[in-house]
Amino acid sequence: MSIDAAAATTLPAEARAGTALRSVTRRIDWRPWTAFAALLALWFAAHHFGWVPAKYLPSPLAVVQRLIREVTAGTLLDDLHETLRRNLSGLVIGVAAGLALGALLGASSLVGRIVGPTVLAQRQTALFAWVPLLAMWFGGGDTGKITFIAVAAFQPVVIGTWRGISLVPATYRELSHVLLLSRWNYMRLVALPHALPMIFTGLHGALIYAWLATVGSELFLNISPGLGGRLNEGSQLFEIDLLFLVILLFGLIGLGFNTLAERAEGLLIRWNNR
Amino acid sequence: MSLAETLDKPAFDQSARAGTATASAARRRAGRRGPAGPTPLGSVLLGLSFPFALLVAWWWAARLGLVPEQILPAPATIYETLSSLIADGSLTTHLEVSTHRVLVGFGLGALFGLVFGAAAGLSPTVRAFLYPPVQAVARVNVLAWMPLLTLFMGIDEPLKYVVIGWSAAIPIILGTARGIENVSPAFRELGRVLHFNTRDTLRLVVLPGAVPSIFAGLREGLANAWQTLVLAELFASFEGLGYLMTWGRQLFQLDLVIIAMIVVALAGLAMDLGLRWVERRAQPWKRGTRDVH
Repeated sequence: MSIDAAAATTLPAEARAGTALRSVTRRIDWRPWTAFAALLALWFAAHHFGWVPAKYLPSPLAVVQRLIREVTAGTLLDDLHETLRRNLSGLVIGVAAGLALGALLGASSLVGRIVGPTVLAQRQTALFAWVPLLAMWFGGGDTGKITFIAVAAFQPVVIGTWRGISLVPATYRELSHVLLLSRWNYMRLVALPHALPMIFTGLHGALIYAWLATVGSELFLNISPGLGGRLNEGSQLFEIDLLFLVILLFGLIGLGFNTLAERAEGLLIRWNNR
Repeated sequence: MSLAETLDKPAFDQSARAGTATASAARRRAGRRGPAGPTPLGSVLLGLSFPFALLVAWWWAARLGLVPEQILPAPATIYETLSSLIADGSLTTHLEVSTHRVLVGFGLGALFGLVFGAAAGLSPTVRAFLYPPVQAVARVNVLAWMPLLTLFMGIDEPLKYVVIGWSAAIPIILGTARGIENVSPAFRELGRVLHFNTRDTLRLVVLPGAVPSIFAGLREGLANAWQTLVLAELFASFEGLGYLMTWGRQLFQLDLVIIAMIVVALAGLAMDLGLRWVERRAQPWKRGTRDVH
């Protein structure tokens, strides 16, 4: 750094700007972006030269135009709102239930040994195998969808919380015995802070799975307002630009949730290490 | 879809630490109480007691007519449906179709994942250019792509192989690349000191070091393959376990739905156990160290 500073003071202004630019380009790794750029170029080319019939592949510009049209008409925002509302309702229910059961499993080793294996075995069941059963119990409407999302969010949170609390080192537990901490205070002051990183990993999983379940519930259960409904509309009416737009949105929202969770986890870990 | 990975990874580090802690605790307890601590058999029985209690509660509720048949059919009904499904061979057919799909899809995904993952692990250039796009794709679930793929490929077998293979390949790519990348530099240096040629370096240094991570990826890939199989069969199919569920739902026959769920869970469990067995065989040195310990 000191060498850079020395160079900056001795060099003329233009050269300094040059090195600054070069250091910026060096800092941003351009190489990963080539694949994305190539993909976009391929999309443009495939559309432009008609490699894929236009029926199946809209031009990227058509998708952008559709986005603008949908947003100005307000339809897309309504659907987005519906979908996110369902997602968050299910997420909150599932996470709350998962935290409660996970804490119980972790706090009492007897409960953990009796109920735990069943919880672990249940994790082996493919998530989407729940769809038909829940649809019959709760109907294919909003209740069924939110229940399915809650089930999806529940699984990782239970396991994260349970593991986090049961892995508190025995010495900590002994220390809290010596300090005569009540069970509640032990949970609040020792177990929970120690388990926080793993609970957070569980929450991260819940966020991802709840989103997956939201997309799935809108595709497999009754058609209703929401992004999934628009997707069905796009594929049935063969409005290919709408279809592409919704798929891109699904992907981007999932990516956004994931990035958000990773950032939050990073912050938490830094806070924890301090 | 790399949830299991994110869940297991920290657990792995911590359980290693906690493992020593509980081991010492167990030793202390054993010293106090003699060898009759919590036996593995006791744990198994305790673990089985809960599902057994549920089953008994279910049976009683059905007997007393507490829940209507449409909400929860009696265990006896399920048993009857199950035996008739087995007797006319339809359950076997569905299971075979589903297993075939998983195996073909997983095989393709594993092949691609291992090759691409190895390339990314061995060559920093490949990693720099292609790894971030793969990670971006990995974060977008295969479900979101399914309607698009349907347009291009129809809804027949190729679609199923591709989505199953895709979902399986992603953790395998990440596991393989990470495993190769993280082989200890000390071992590589030792290889150089011993004048290993490239083939020997790969065979004796890189591969053994990367095997645990590769198998973690394979196991998660197989779990993903099962998940996606059910998805694909719910989405569009005319046979297979996922179809059995959809069919049961349409007929309002909950017994079919429950049977299909149980079979899916058991088959997934069996495949995971099988892969664990292969994993143990592939790492004979691990068994050795455990015995010494």
